[in-house]
Amino acid sequence: MAHALHWSLYKRKTHTMPKLPLSFFDEMQLLPTNADEVSVRGIYAAYHHWLKDVPHHQLDSKRQEAELLFRRVGITFNVYGETDGAERLIPFDVIPRLLSAKEWSHLSAGAIQRVRALNMFLHDIYHEQDIIKAGIISSKILANSQYRPEMFGVDVPNQIYAHIAGIDLVRTSESQFYVLEDNLRTPSGVSYMLEDRKMMMRLFPELFRRYSIAPVDHYPQVLLKNLRAVAQPGVLDPTVVLLSPGAYNSAYFEHAFIAQQMGIELVEGQDLFVRNNAVFMRTTQGPQRVDVIYRRIDDNYIDPLVFNQNSMLGVPGLLSVYRNGGVTLANAVGTGVADDKATYIHVPAMIKFYLGEQPILENVPTYELSKEEDLQYTLAHLHELVVKEVQGSGGYGMLVGPAASKKELEEFRLRIVSSPASYIAQPTLALSTCPTLVEKGIAPRHVDLRPFVLSGKTVSLVPGALCRVALKEGSLVVNSSQGGGTKDTWVLESDLELESLTNTIKTTDKEVESVC
Amino acid sequence: MLSRTADHLYWMARYIERAENMARVLDVTYNMSLVPNAAVSESALWLPALEISGNVDAYEEEYGEYTAAGVIHYLAMDTGNPSSIYNALRNARENARAVRVAMTSETWENINALWLEFTQFIGQDLAKSGLREFCDWVKARSHLFRGVCFGTMLRDDAFSFVRLGTFIERADNTARLLDVKYHILLPSEEEVGGAVDYYEWSAVLRSVSAFQAYQKIFSDTIEPWRVAELLVLRRDMPRSLHACFDEITPILEQLSGSRHTECKRLAGELHARLRYGKMQHIFQKGLHEFLTDFIDLNNKLGAEVHKTFLSITAA
Repeated sequence: MAHALHWSLYKRKTHTMPKLPLSFFDEMQLLPTNADEVSVRGIYAAYHHWLKDVPHHQLDSKRQEAELLFRRVGITFNVYGETDGAERLIPFDVIPRLLSAKEWSHLSAGAIQRVRALNMFLHDIYHEQDIIKAGIISSKILANSQYRPEMFGVDVPNQIYAHIAGIDLVRTSESQFYVLEDNLRTPSGVSYMLEDRKMMMRLFPELFRRYSIAPVDHYPQVLLKNLRAVAQPGVLDPTVVLLSPGAYNSAYFEHAFIAQQMGIELVEGQDLFVRNNAVFMRTTQGPQRVDVIYRRIDDNYIDPLVFNQNSMLGVPGLLSVYRNGGVTLANAVGTGVADDKATYIHVPAMIKFYLGEQPILENVPTYELSKEEDLQYTLAHLHELVVKEVQGSGGYGMLVGPAASKKELEEFRLRIVSSPASYIAQPTLALSTCPTLVEKGIAPRHVDLRPFVLSGKTVSLVPGALCRVALKEGSLVVNSSQGGGTKDTWVLESDLELESLTNTIKTTDKEVESVC
Repeated sequence: MLSRTADHLYWMARYIERAENMARVLDVTYNMSLVPNAAVSESALWLPALEISGNVDAYEEEYGEYTAAGVIHYLAMDTGNPSSIYNALRNARENARAVRVAMTSETWENINALWLEFTQFIGQDLAKSGLREFCDWVKARSHLFRGVCFGTMLRDDAFSFVRLGTFIERADNTARLLDVKYHILLPSEEEVGGAVDYYEWSAVLRSVSAFQAYQKIFSDTIEPWRVAELLVLRRDMPRSLHACFDEITPILEQLSGSRHTECKRLAGELHARLRYGKMQHIFQKGLHEFLTDFIDLNNKLGAEVHKTFLSITAA
């Protein structure tokens, strides 16, 4: 039996994880009550039923087909620091992650609430600073390196700063989700949400007939509508462009893909110039006015006159036009102060302060190492904690205590002691696992979830997300730069339908098998 | 459209065309080498291939002798030769990658697949075996590229710049090829016409896919002046100079719109020479002189296109 092989791997691994918590919540199956009995979560019943009879080699050939297609389309990314500049594929896993309609409505309501509060916070911190006056956040935040004094008093259309927000969520049990971090600068990964879906529909059309999966491919249209809605007042037919650092940026594929999907120009800094308090692009028919810039360049590189003077990526004079209301930038300049890990701690309080609501989604309990008490605790429990650099991103400046060697722990200890305020610590979360196709079969691998919240006229999400998976056994780091892969995320349209679906599947066993 | 985008599209098309023409030159030279002919030395046979691509000195510095193996490697695969097929295709793909948004996904996937397929030839000793297959592959890929552009792209400025790049490059290549071979096309003092000359002429024709066309149009023995006429003045011969300018002139008129641009004027002038010129007059003044003048002006046209549409310093 081919399937016996790949499933045996799965069962064994659920209870042989060294040092980490002994068991993890698995998205597909509940913990075995005894060795033979597997109990599948309701939402996965139909999928599991299908999967258990698919031989490993068949799944693997689907995976290879996907890789070939991705390479042909050129869905590649560049890895910084690799000398050959090789273009690599982000590994794609053919087993999807499923979310029920109920789970999704909870998560999306929570993400929307969070982004609304964060936008209000950004407006406040660059204007009246009521939240500081109310004593909820210390005025120390104004000294944060991500706080941009240039933005003080600047009004942005609709008071929206984070037009695109990626909210990283993790799960530890049936009912417990946590927000791991908010990405409000230039969050990436949405192209994988869209391309993974296309790929799954191509590889497994029969599954899409079986499940009623909410579509995601209108994302670019929703984004474009929002971007047009945040043009400066008085602009009737705004020209929107996407500003990319260029073909050698690691996320260039995504920039090109989204620009194409929205039907807007993909520009680089050299294509734009500033004149008479306006931004223009150089075209074959002469200069053309630009109204909204969806920029995928960090604040530091966007205007060499104000920020990094050596930047070849930005547009000289852009910030001055922006401050005078001659152009809209999405996301706004200065959003980093709200997604900084030191600010993260205060998001639940922001939600209460600005919206008068209870937070729907919880933060991960976090130790602020600038506080003496938290610092001492952290240093004593380093081997159990995850320590992150306050301004780090991409999984580079991070320590996963339980997985670290003695040497790594000692090195990190020194780094913390020399600059405690640069770090925060969190308990090592028992991130949920999802069945994933690995070399030897199907095995549980840790996953996270990044839905993208879009703000403009309204605040909304498309029902889907980037699901990142840590492909290394036992690893909790899902970043693509650290060997992470992606999965398609299926948000089911209705849970009622699901129940009846599970029933029909049970009664039509034979039919199902013949499809495989 | 963005000047930079236009620039990338234009050069993408030029590089593909350049690779195709280089493959054609290699292919016919290789075929010539199969014709038994003691009089022609290996170096005499392969030197013209280098002359056409215009980098004899660079080759000599690197390789010394003109051997089949050396020239084939230099023109096909040498990463240090800026106009090798390797670099032409690589540049085409890099240009495409920079503006993949501006083309249809079919066009991009086609050119991406081209590069992925090309990598299988890297490291092969083409002089030993597989040169024919390689040249056929390059030509077929170039045809496919033009086909996918023609069949899928919106007829907007992006399409115009792709076509413009193709034909400016092609005009240059055809003119260079003719110029290098012009001495055999000139009526010489002694009456030639032996088998070798026949092969030379037919090779020239074949290198621009004009052999069959010649037969069809003239149904006669291959005469040098007719070969020249076919490649310079015949507008129905798709690689002739005239045919290239039948494409270039209207594109530049349309891109310029109501603007008076030097490139539009220059294209018109060159076009008129080809349209109303007579082969007899060209030979009287000297084919070589005519062709060098043409190559210069065609280069100047390229520079003007840059100045008017593509240069990113033009605010």
